[in-house]
Amino acid sequence: MGKKKVPAVEGMFTMDPDAPALIGGRSKTSGSYYFPKDLGGNDPEAPANEDREEVALTRQGKVWSYTSADYPPALPYLITDEPFKPFVIAAVELEKESMVVCGQMMPGIQIRDMQVGMEVQVALDVLYEDDEYQYMVWKWEPFRRGRE
Amino acid sequence: MSVGEIAILGAGMHPWGKFVGKSFVDLGVHAARSALKDADVDWDEIQFVSGANTVRNGYPGWVSASTFANALGFQGAQLASSYAACASGVTALSIARAQILSGICDVALVVGADQVPKGMFAPVPGDRPQDVDWLRFRLLGLSNPAYFGLFARRRMALYGDTEEDFAAVKVKNSLHGSKNPNARFTKTFTNEDIEASPIVADPLRLLEICTTSDGGAALVVSSLKYAKQKGITDPVKISGISTVGPTYPNAIIDMPYLASDSWAVSGDPSHTFKNQIAQHAFAEAGVSARDLDFAEVYDLSSAYEMDWYEHIGLCEAGKARELLHSGDTSIGGRIPVNPSGGLGAFGEAIPAQAIAQVCELTWQLRGEAGDRQVVNPEVGMSINYGMFGHGSSVVARR
Repeated sequence: MGKKKVPAVEGMFTMDPDAPALIGGRSKTSGSYYFPKDLGGNDPEAPANEDREEVALTRQGKVWSYTSADYPPALPYLITDEPFKPFVIAAVELEKESMVVCGQMMPGIQIRDMQVGMEVQVALDVLYEDDEYQYMVWKWEPFRRGRE
Repeated sequence: MSVGEIAILGAGMHPWGKFVGKSFVDLGVHAARSALKDADVDWDEIQFVSGANTVRNGYPGWVSASTFANALGFQGAQLASSYAACASGVTALSIARAQILSGICDVALVVGADQVPKGMFAPVPGDRPQDVDWLRFRLLGLSNPAYFGLFARRRMALYGDTEEDFAAVKVKNSLHGSKNPNARFTKTFTNEDIEASPIVADPLRLLEICTTSDGGAALVVSSLKYAKQKGITDPVKISGISTVGPTYPNAIIDMPYLASDSWAVSGDPSHTFKNQIAQHAFAEAGVSARDLDFAEVYDLSSAYEMDWYEHIGLCEAGKARELLHSGDTSIGGRIPVNPSGGLGAFGEAIPAQAIAQVCELTWQLRGEAGDRQVVNPEVGMSINYGMFGHGSSVVARR
């Protein structure tokens, strides 16, 4: 039996293993989107105390830019899989929501595989683990038709 | 817009570096004494102390004005302590200016200093899943250099900039910094040195990303009337200060956020807060980018300096590499940028850095910058910004 998979932070993404999605917010008055749902800065056209509608953000987007973390990030980033393995980071533009969202690329993706404009989609991966749980996070993976 | 001017009577710094065994208070006091001496103003004459806080040195860092005033000897001056991340120094300066222009005080000391642990900056400790600064580290491992890397790769895709272009910024600034006794790094680096340094955040290498430093900087500022009474007839003047925040939606992702604002309903996908910051300082001063003779900009990375050329309006978007390679932004060129050597030569001492930029404006405008002197400047600008959205820019003139 594998360890139980739980989100590293509650409420930021769905745990659907086949089609995970980021959970954003949408203003019911202005229509602006936010990510994370309640932490994105408020659209001044929307009431400041508005209850934002919970929405699943579009799973696919295009790479706006990318970079790498070749040195281990500081705490509270947890590295339980020593030695540290560098990773690739993508900032991804979601067309419908008209916003750019960051995430790591799935392991195995190298910087030479990346291109601005390439299509990617949300995936889930283990961020860190303990004896009981695997703590999951969203990452981006190259878009593959049939997995939308 | 018409805003009154204030005089810069004195500028002082503690050199940047790593100083084991000294505290940020020692560095700030050193800078303050040096600025007071430069101004020929006695500490007892200072009516207002505006401190730029450090969040990495415990309680004394959060009440910096009181801490520095106490170390200099409490003499009853009014105090204010400010924190606005990398914009803290100019926030402190803007409060001093408001006090002076409103007639509440005549002469003020502005001071900031920092001492930081080695390595990349990290959020303050604790579990805070409601804090995006905590979330970006915990979930994404998104350190500050990652944002610099994203901006650099974006330039390459949009404008065709190359790694060689970015390295050329570092080469230029290291040459400038080699002539600055307050700089931490005075080696003149070559392209080969930069290429030999390891990648930190693709495409940026270790030598292209600003380090964290210890340092202190201070200014003595006053009303023009007070300067005249002191017999200083032609001081360097501050004619514009910007502490603007962003307008929504900020479409370009920035530290420490996980996502940009959404431009789905209104706004422009190319809108970035960093395009707004200089404009307010220009408007207050009644000048434009064309009037600048030099600028001190926040080169958190080599590529980042090129962003600032465009944010200030020294050139159109995408033309920074042409401006750089023309030699215009080198000392001796049309619009030297970072004659001090910039963050590349200093590393960052957060609450001191924006004040240090204004020290450089002062020395350049007085013609006291030695081997790194810009030819006969009349107007200079400093610019940076504090994480989360604090603008910071100063226009000073002779």
